[in-house]
Amino acid sequence: MGTEQRVAEVIEASSAEFVAQCYKLDQAPPLGSLVKTKDELRKIYGVVYNVETHSLEPGRRVVARGEGMETEDEIFRANPQLAKLLCTDFQALVVGHRQGDGLHHYLPPKPASIHSFVYTCQLEEVKAFTQSLDFLGLLVDARLPIPVDEVIAACLRCAGQAYPDSESFLIKAGKEMARLLSSDARRLNSVLKRLR
Amino acid sequence: MSEQNFDEQTRLGSIISGSLTRGVEVKLDASISVEDMAVGRYVAIEGERRRFFGMITDVSLEAIDPRAMVTPPDVSDPFIAQVVSGTTIYGKLRVLPMLTIGGDAMSILEGPQPAKTVPTHFSEVKLASQRDVELVFGAEDDKRFYIGTPLDMETKVCLDISEFVTRSNGVFGKSGTGKTFLTRLLLVGMLQKQAAVSLVFDMHSEYGWEGRSEKGYKVKGLKQLFPSKVAVFALDEESSRWRKVSTDFVVKIGYDEIEPEDIDLLQQTLNLTEASTQAVYQLAREFGDRRWLEVVLNLTEDESKQLIPKLNIHDSTYRNLRRGLENLRRFPFLVPHAPDNPVKRILEYLDRGINVILEFGRFDDFAAYILVANLLSRRIYAQYREKAEKAMGGDVAPSHPLVISIEEAHRFLNPELANRTIFGRIAREMRKYNVTLLVIDQRPSGIDDEVMSQLGTKITCLLDDERDIDSVLTGVAGKSELKSVLSKLETKQQALIFGHSVPMPVVIKTREYGSAESYKELGFLEAAELKRKTEKEIEDLWAP
Repeated sequence: MGTEQRVAEVIEASSAEFVAQCYKLDQAPPLGSLVKTKDELRKIYGVVYNVETHSLEPGRRVVARGEGMETEDEIFRANPQLAKLLCTDFQALVVGHRQGDGLHHYLPPKPASIHSFVYTCQLEEVKAFTQSLDFLGLLVDARLPIPVDEVIAACLRCAGQAYPDSESFLIKAGKEMARLLSSDARRLNSVLKRLR
Repeated sequence: MSEQNFDEQTRLGSIISGSLTRGVEVKLDASISVEDMAVGRYVAIEGERRRFFGMITDVSLEAIDPRAMVTPPDVSDPFIAQVVSGTTIYGKLRVLPMLTIGGDAMSILEGPQPAKTVPTHFSEVKLASQRDVELVFGAEDDKRFYIGTPLDMETKVCLDISEFVTRSNGVFGKSGTGKTFLTRLLLVGMLQKQAAVSLVFDMHSEYGWEGRSEKGYKVKGLKQLFPSKVAVFALDEESSRWRKVSTDFVVKIGYDEIEPEDIDLLQQTLNLTEASTQAVYQLAREFGDRRWLEVVLNLTEDESKQLIPKLNIHDSTYRNLRRGLENLRRFPFLVPHAPDNPVKRILEYLDRGINVILEFGRFDDFAAYILVANLLSRRIYAQYREKAEKAMGGDVAPSHPLVISIEEAHRFLNPELANRTIFGRIAREMRKYNVTLLVIDQRPSGIDDEVMSQLGTKITCLLDDERDIDSVLTGVAGKSELKSVLSKLETKQQALIFGHSVPMPVVIKTREYGSAESYKELGFLEAAELKRKTEKEIEDLWAP
């Protein structure tokens, strides 16, 4: 996440989220990390909330091939077609966008363009984006197939790395979470415990 | 959490709700610990258009969701503890807004006015700065006397002495909380600012020459600090001699000075029945107001027997009265014929602007105190009244205001006696005749309500009896809030002042009295210094 890298391409997009396919198998950005896509008008930021590796053909199941082999790498060496038949996708929740000079922590007017490239964000950019924690509201209210609180905690842990004093960033973020989850002490406790 | 050092203008939090009568509620910022707050402290509130000054009257702990307290966050983890403080759980202050100052130039000129509204939602609340306090209480000048500092502040809280002396005032507090020290300061204040002359009925001989602190060290009395402005009158010459006090006058009271009303007040202390007190008036009619006591005390058994049927009183009544009056003989200051007139002497001193302190020496029982204090005050008051009435006619200049200080005031001003003693009248009639009271008492609930309500400024140290607290705070706005402040005062050197001569109630740490520096600050000059000053003055006088 240190430098900006092109890692994937948008293959499905909606206003609230997008799905991107990674160029390399198993090389998805970490859960909770901030990624972005760009078009002429704007950059759209998303938080990775789910990563999946599966067969390209929905009807064709992956089968175990490693019996009798020493390492996992040997499987790929013996079956070079595998890298082409399998793919890694990730889903990202849209948390904001930048249009011109303005950084907004709400949904962009249009979803990400299909086939637009997806980049990881540099630490500086993560820092700039997390100056305001308003995007946490979008995350807290999202209905996801995986536990949202895991995503929120992962996102804040990742963002914390962008700060030399990650502790005070996490306290600030924790306080914002305490405000958002003021009526759900149990959920707040579980998020806070996952921030360390 | 460690004690924080608050800078001036440290932001404490913001207003979240409240009303003018109950006070506003302030949600504390996460960075401020409730443990660093204290009732009685001053805060400034930046409203939209005006600034408010108020006093913290309560501190409480709150949770944003009561359910959070059922499953409490794991605060043993310092990270979680830091996150939840100020968010899930927070501290709350209750602040009573008391004064306000508008933002426009006119309002600034007018100065702080009583608050008639509350600041808007989320107005910022800060600790009051030194400047705020100065703005409210004014700086020390020729009218204002520095009496102490607000809690945790270095600023001086000043009492407007010229306003103070226009009404009767009270100093309250349970025993050992510093009433005497406070009273000494007030007496010095009145003396220094020349707002009034004082007549102190000093029951325990602590104001005149020398007193003792609770810890047993000696503190200078007023006479030592201001020898030319204070005269010590003694009731007990011998005690004064033992204590090496240089007295200005020894008070002797002639029997002819004692009137039936004086005996009336002593009914309880002399153990007299109702009938025998009534008999005194008959005796006075029979033998004359000025002679009756001497005659009665010298009646032989036979003469008594003749007298009883003549007055148509019962024999037992007479015996009871006689026994009671015999008690007066044990006071050596009561003599058949006084060589000098103490009232005249006291008035002479007071007229010259010299404060008079009457030390009771060994006669510190209530009988002597009530008798002497009443007797003298009644006559002095009559003189002042006559003078004030003449002044109204324009014949003479009005006399300098007089403040009479009495201790154990509930003995004089209780509901049964308040109407009969002169002090009840002085307290009620207030300043019409330029005489007011300084009432010092540890049992304010024993004082008549009407008298209490007439006291202009009340200065009270710690009180812990519910009835005493109620009686002191009767009729004060924000009573229940001040109640919590009052009952949480420290036992030493802290007092709550409210009423006529302060713009808003204030808790102070009383100014120091008793150390060499404190004497110096109060204007005391050591002998060598005094000599130098006098020599300089003489030199200036003769200089060409």
